[in-house]
Amino acid sequence: MNSSAVWALTKRELIRFLRQRTRVIGAVGQPLIFWILFGAGLRTSFKSPSWASQLSHEVTYQEYFLPGVATLIVLFTAIFSTISIIEDRREGFLQGILVAPVSRLSIVLSKVTAGTILAILQAGLFLIIGPLLATIGVGASVDVSWTATSIVMAAIFLMLIAAELTALGFIIAWPMNSTQGFHAIMSIFLMPMWLVSGAFFPGGDSGWLFWLIRANPLTYGVAGLRRLLYAEPLPVTPELPSMTMCLLVTILATAVLTFASARMVSRSSVHNAA
Amino acid sequence: MTDFAVIADSLCYSYGHNVALEGLDFTVSHGCMFGLLGPNGSGKTTLFRLLSTLVPIQAGKLTVCGFDVASNQAHVRRHLGVTFQSPAVDVRLTVRENLKCHGNVYGISGAALNGRVGELLEQFHLSDRASTLVGQLSGGLKRRVELAKGLMHRPRILLLDEPTSGLDPRARQEFWDLLQTQVRSHGTTVIVATHLMPEAELCDQLLLLDRGHRIATGSPFELQSKLAGERLTLRLRDADATQSIVDELLQCKTVRDANRLTVRVNQPAEQIAKLISRLGDQMIGLELTRPSLEDVFLELTGRCLDSEGNDHE
Repeated sequence: MNSSAVWALTKRELIRFLRQRTRVIGAVGQPLIFWILFGAGLRTSFKSPSWASQLSHEVTYQEYFLPGVATLIVLFTAIFSTISIIEDRREGFLQGILVAPVSRLSIVLSKVTAGTILAILQAGLFLIIGPLLATIGVGASVDVSWTATSIVMAAIFLMLIAAELTALGFIIAWPMNSTQGFHAIMSIFLMPMWLVSGAFFPGGDSGWLFWLIRANPLTYGVAGLRRLLYAEPLPVTPELPSMTMCLLVTILATAVLTFASARMVSRSSVHNAA
Repeated sequence: MTDFAVIADSLCYSYGHNVALEGLDFTVSHGCMFGLLGPNGSGKTTLFRLLSTLVPIQAGKLTVCGFDVASNQAHVRRHLGVTFQSPAVDVRLTVRENLKCHGNVYGISGAALNGRVGELLEQFHLSDRASTLVGQLSGGLKRRVELAKGLMHRPRILLLDEPTSGLDPRARQEFWDLLQTQVRSHGTTVIVATHLMPEAELCDQLLLLDRGHRIATGSPFELQSKLAGERLTLRLRDADATQSIVDELLQCKTVRDANRLTVRVNQPAEQIAKLISRLGDQMIGLELTRPSLEDVFLELTGRCLDSEGNDHE
């Protein structure tokens, strides 16, 4: 591994991002609109989940949806960051890197680092300004109590989720030759994965949906983030795993996916020459 | 350090059942301008990919700068500068950002990097374009950035794949002038894959490839000298009617292209005299030239190597 190469490639990603304003709008705008519209639309039909019983206030849908939207922003950022691999390949930039004396892990790490930095900035921005929207009447009031510790913890957690999802995006994007293919995977795999992570709706405590949500590694990311929004500790319920569990699963998933990406990239193949 | 920059020993490569290279042997001396010449499908691109470490060695042995490419990719990569046919510059970065990013990737940083970037910008007459996005540059300038990038880390071997494809003749000339000044002064070995005769003629040594096989090696002069005789081109008023007469007179088969007939002749003076007396003013023009590399290719393979790089049978 070569840290100057990782940093150079990361910096390139960040510069490219800043020069494409539409990417910011795409990654933050849609989730924000979802949050406002779903929050308003589902307000009356949402039933406060069992873990919220001990809180001093009623959990509105908008409040429930907050960590889910932050995760969606991370997911979109990860997707945009890794779709660039397909563009790099098509434009020829990737070939230039593949013949350079940099380890394949460096290539993965630069994409993951850039995706992570961008995701933390965008999701963090949302977590700070989202709750403020209630003051201008666009959202229900969201009772989030940020402390210095919880902000740092949330940043670390977002970083883990971002690295996890960028590595996953990398695995999907690497073998592809067209961005259309990536969009297909996004619709049939990545979006449903987010839907069944407890981000959009609670899964109850039994039935196939409950098991699907439990088996989804992303569930633990969303749950961890959710726990950090509250000053008081939330009880462990079938829908809301413990913080330790959330951290363990997320770290493990990130490590496995990053390792898998690096393995895939180091296999030299004709695909690289195309 | 070995005597050769590159040694290929029974190199083979196939894509599934498609054999692209078969038992290829050749050597490239240090500091040589070495051309890989052949039409599409000759195995030229595959050989380029093997040399640049993009695809794995399947069979045979390839040694670059004394390192076995199959087992020592990392070392080989450090000594290579590669310029692909499709540009590897980032169009959304400026010229300077591209060069800096590339320098970092090759482990150059800090003051050394800034110095080197400044030097290259000047040598490649890009100083006034340093802050321009590469996407806004003309094709010729983009190629220059590409070449500067390839030479950034002072590679021992520079690999160029069709470096001037898509450039107009003037930009092509500029590119070669810059390339030659740069590499001659540093003793860099250059391996250039091309199908353009004017480019091939600028090389010190050539490897002619056809269908995955080596068909000849040598300097352009040596290759041209292998062909006996000279090339005679006739321009005629009515080539349809006269071709058979010419064939009969010279006792061989001429190759026709519109109103031109081409043939290789051994005793030009005698044969030209015959043609003039027999054809008279049917003939608009007559040209006698040394055989070109195209003739060499045609002679060895029975096929043309046209300017588009396609082979015609």
